[in-house]
Amino acid sequence: MSIFGYLRKRNEPSASIAKERLQIIISHERAQRNTPDYLPKLQEEILAVIAKYIPIDRDQVVVSLDRANGNSAVLELNITMPEEALATTEEPKEKANA
Amino acid sequence: MANIIVVTSGKGGVGKTTSSAAISSALAMRGHKTAVIDFDIGLRNLDLIMGCERRVVYDFVNVINGDATLKQALVKDKRLPNLFILPASQTRDKDALTLEGVERVIDELSKTFDYIVCDSPAGIEAGAMMAMHFADHAIIVTNPEVSSVRDSDRILGILASKTKRAIDGRSPIKEHLLLTRYDPERVMKGDMLSVDDVQDILAIPLIGIIPESASVLKASNTGTPVVLDDNSDAGIAYQDAIARFLGEERPMRFVNAERKGILRRLFSKNKEGMTA
Repeated sequence: MSIFGYLRKRNEPSASIAKERLQIIISHERAQRNTPDYLPKLQEEILAVIAKYIPIDRDQVVVSLDRANGNSAVLELNITMPEEALATTEEPKEKANA
Repeated sequence: MANIIVVTSGKGGVGKTTSSAAISSALAMRGHKTAVIDFDIGLRNLDLIMGCERRVVYDFVNVINGDATLKQALVKDKRLPNLFILPASQTRDKDALTLEGVERVIDELSKTFDYIVCDSPAGIEAGAMMAMHFADHAIIVTNPEVSSVRDSDRILGILASKTKRAIDGRSPIKEHLLLTRYDPERVMKGDMLSVDDVQDILAIPLIGIIPESASVLKASNTGTPVVLDDNSDAGIAYQDAIARFLGEERPMRFVNAERKGILRRLFSKNKEGMTA
């Protein structure tokens, strides 16, 4: 960190750091607040099913429930496929031997 | 029908019991028949703050279990004829409160009282959930400090989803922010969240700012709710807060630090030095 950055950091009032940190964590927690209790378990089970076929990481699956206008809600499932997974579907034998 | 007010915060030590004592006393001072219930089962303390600890015979759990009538358990305040205290039980049984039992007590109190103030325990366990369950109003006691503000926001979420009004789909509980232990001098120095900061984050109407004050400890030492002390800044701030709660317009006090002249500055420095 440059000396100027260091000085600026020291001069920033601690209350504004507190406010910034609070705004970030609270907006994050509010987003999670309105999700049903079963959502984490649902995510876990979907992850287990996908893992049976594709080697995949925990954080590559995102399940979220967004309330649309009115009485409906949208369950969004976002899976980032790893590149190896796509490669194996093209040349399964070679990959298996490697 | 009585108005049911829960005094809650999530975090402990922010001043819920002090505020419950002050709020219920202020309502009674203004002529409203008020009952204040201590929901902190196992850690009864409201009686001490209200100065009636030696007159407690029966408690909240005794009434729920039918071991005593409500009339027997309510402790009448010695100073204010309109004020009654229902003390918490000192039992260690975690399941001593039941929702049905609490509802029965609140229903019975509703017949004769104007206001029922529920002093919530800290946390989000059964006692806190029951204290807020039947509420019409929630007074959220918050300190200008990160953990208190975060917990208050969490409590706001629970109020909006887990209480009777939310479950029944009625109009939501009215939320009121009470900022306590406020130190305008430290706010000016930038070392403490300001009232505007806290309001920006929590986004609920403010009913009062209670300054950090030596008179609060003095009041609890003697068992006199601080609101009865007309010479105390905190006491005056609580009176203002309740006036606003009841719909009066009053300008906020104790927001800015009083300007000290150089002589007073020197004087107060000396005083600090002497006590240290």
